[in-house]
Amino acid sequence: MRTEPASSLHTPIVALRGVGKTFGNGVVALDGFDLSVRPGEFLTLLGPSGCGKSTALRIVAGLIEPDSGAVEWSGSRAGGAETRRQLGFVFQEPTLMPWATVEANVRLPLRLLRLEAEAPVRIGAALDRVGLAAFAQAYPRELSGGMKMRASIARALVTEPKLLLMDEPFAALDEITRFRLNSDLLALWQSLGKTVVFVTHSVFESVYLSSRIIVMTPRPGRVFRELVIAAPYPRDERFRTSAEYAGWCRMVSEALADAMAGRAAE
Amino acid sequence: MSAPGHPPPDPARGRQRLDRMARILLPFGVLALGILAWDLVVRVQAIPPYVLPGPGLVFATLWSDRMLLWDSLLVTLTTTIEGFALALMGGIGLAVLFNQSRLLEYSLYPYAVILQVTPIVAIAPLLLIYLPQPAAVLVCAWIVAFFPVLANTTLGLSSVDRNLADLFALYGASRWQVLRRLKFPSALPYILGGMKIAGGLSLIGAVVAEIAAGSAGAGSGLAYRIAESGYRLNIPRMFAALLLLSATGIVIFFALSLVSHLVLRRWHESAIAPER
Repeated sequence: MRTEPASSLHTPIVALRGVGKTFGNGVVALDGFDLSVRPGEFLTLLGPSGCGKSTALRIVAGLIEPDSGAVEWSGSRAGGAETRRQLGFVFQEPTLMPWATVEANVRLPLRLLRLEAEAPVRIGAALDRVGLAAFAQAYPRELSGGMKMRASIARALVTEPKLLLMDEPFAALDEITRFRLNSDLLALWQSLGKTVVFVTHSVFESVYLSSRIIVMTPRPGRVFRELVIAAPYPRDERFRTSAEYAGWCRMVSEALADAMAGRAAE
Repeated sequence: MSAPGHPPPDPARGRQRLDRMARILLPFGVLALGILAWDLVVRVQAIPPYVLPGPGLVFATLWSDRMLLWDSLLVTLTTTIEGFALALMGGIGLAVLFNQSRLLEYSLYPYAVILQVTPIVAIAPLLLIYLPQPAAVLVCAWIVAFFPVLANTTLGLSSVDRNLADLFALYGASRWQVLRRLKFPSALPYILGGMKIAGGLSLIGAVVAEIAAGSAGAGSGLAYRIAESGYRLNIPRMFAALLLLSATGIVIFFALSLVSHLVLRRWHESAIAPER
């Protein structure tokens, strides 16, 4: 962990260098894993279950310590209060506190980071962005699955982080809700100018959302291939039904199949 | 529960109300039948009141001895509430300490268990030797009541959602913040469950100690009245005192259930009426 000079457009926000992680049960989750997250991109880690993509995301977030390699942040020290403020994390489940209202849930990061001075304005803005302004006083159990996930995203956005980490956030939702949240997430990403690192095992989701996809091999998790999805934004329903989209999906699917086959040949 | 402004269709609501009324009325019906049968048996068999008094006589005694019984009730109730309050503080406090320090938990938890599994009836006479009688009774109430609070709170404090714990770690939450904003609310349903058990047990502990003390010739609580009335063959008063004890237990249970419901009703599954 070392301090780097102030970031320019081309230095990565955060980079993993040769990161390895073996869990207590002997599973090698990551081995020699490299990742550079560039400012403003929508980067997706794509791979089958157990390929270490969630582990990689948690290492970026500082929730797991790597066994080897390094996490390098531009401009600030890893794990410091400054990085914490620049991070938003969305889990696979909404992970809301059931005993607290939506508003109190969204307030939590500000409270923990002792940034409560501007809380009302920030909470209002975050809820507005995800379309939950009318549900500030509702309890999580009163919300649908999609609305809970929106609340979870609002909570991640409330600290106005530079980097949003999302760990299969929509995997448990039905397809219609997932499409809507995908579109809303893209709109958010474009309007806010955040950097997103997104984890999914869905080829279709990854192609629709990403500016860049990293296809991973399982056990140990390594980078298999990097694909730049050059389709222009904004992407909408027309893009989702276009031949171009189908073409990208085929390409990414083939890469994913190769990644799996490469593992089988070992 | 339904969203505000959308009342459920009438038939369902009617059935729900019927169900609720049945739940309240049926136990009372059984009670009335029981009292009737009791009265009938005493009359028909002409059982003398020093063997089994009829319900009428018991209620009459309850009224005629009201001053004596009321004072005794206050003594027992005070002990029970004090024992319960101390059990709550002790149980929650100890559980929080155990949660913060594993060493402390390993060192002390076995003794909490030993205190719990040793029958209180056997401990009470010993306590009465070394402590003044009111203190001994209080300690008995505390010993039986604190363990369910401790055990439940310990379980609750460690039943925290893993992802939520990660979220707190992500934002650099302090130990105190984790305890106050995550662990304690997560444990709350468990603590309230332990509390409901502890309320009844605290009364039992007080009664056991009073009975033990009663045989040593001291005390004036309700249980002591039962023992004393037994020696004097004043069976109607025994029943009257028993009735009061039972009522006390019922009131404690419902009061604690109400507290639990009020605290949890907005968010916890246990407090939400099922939708059918």
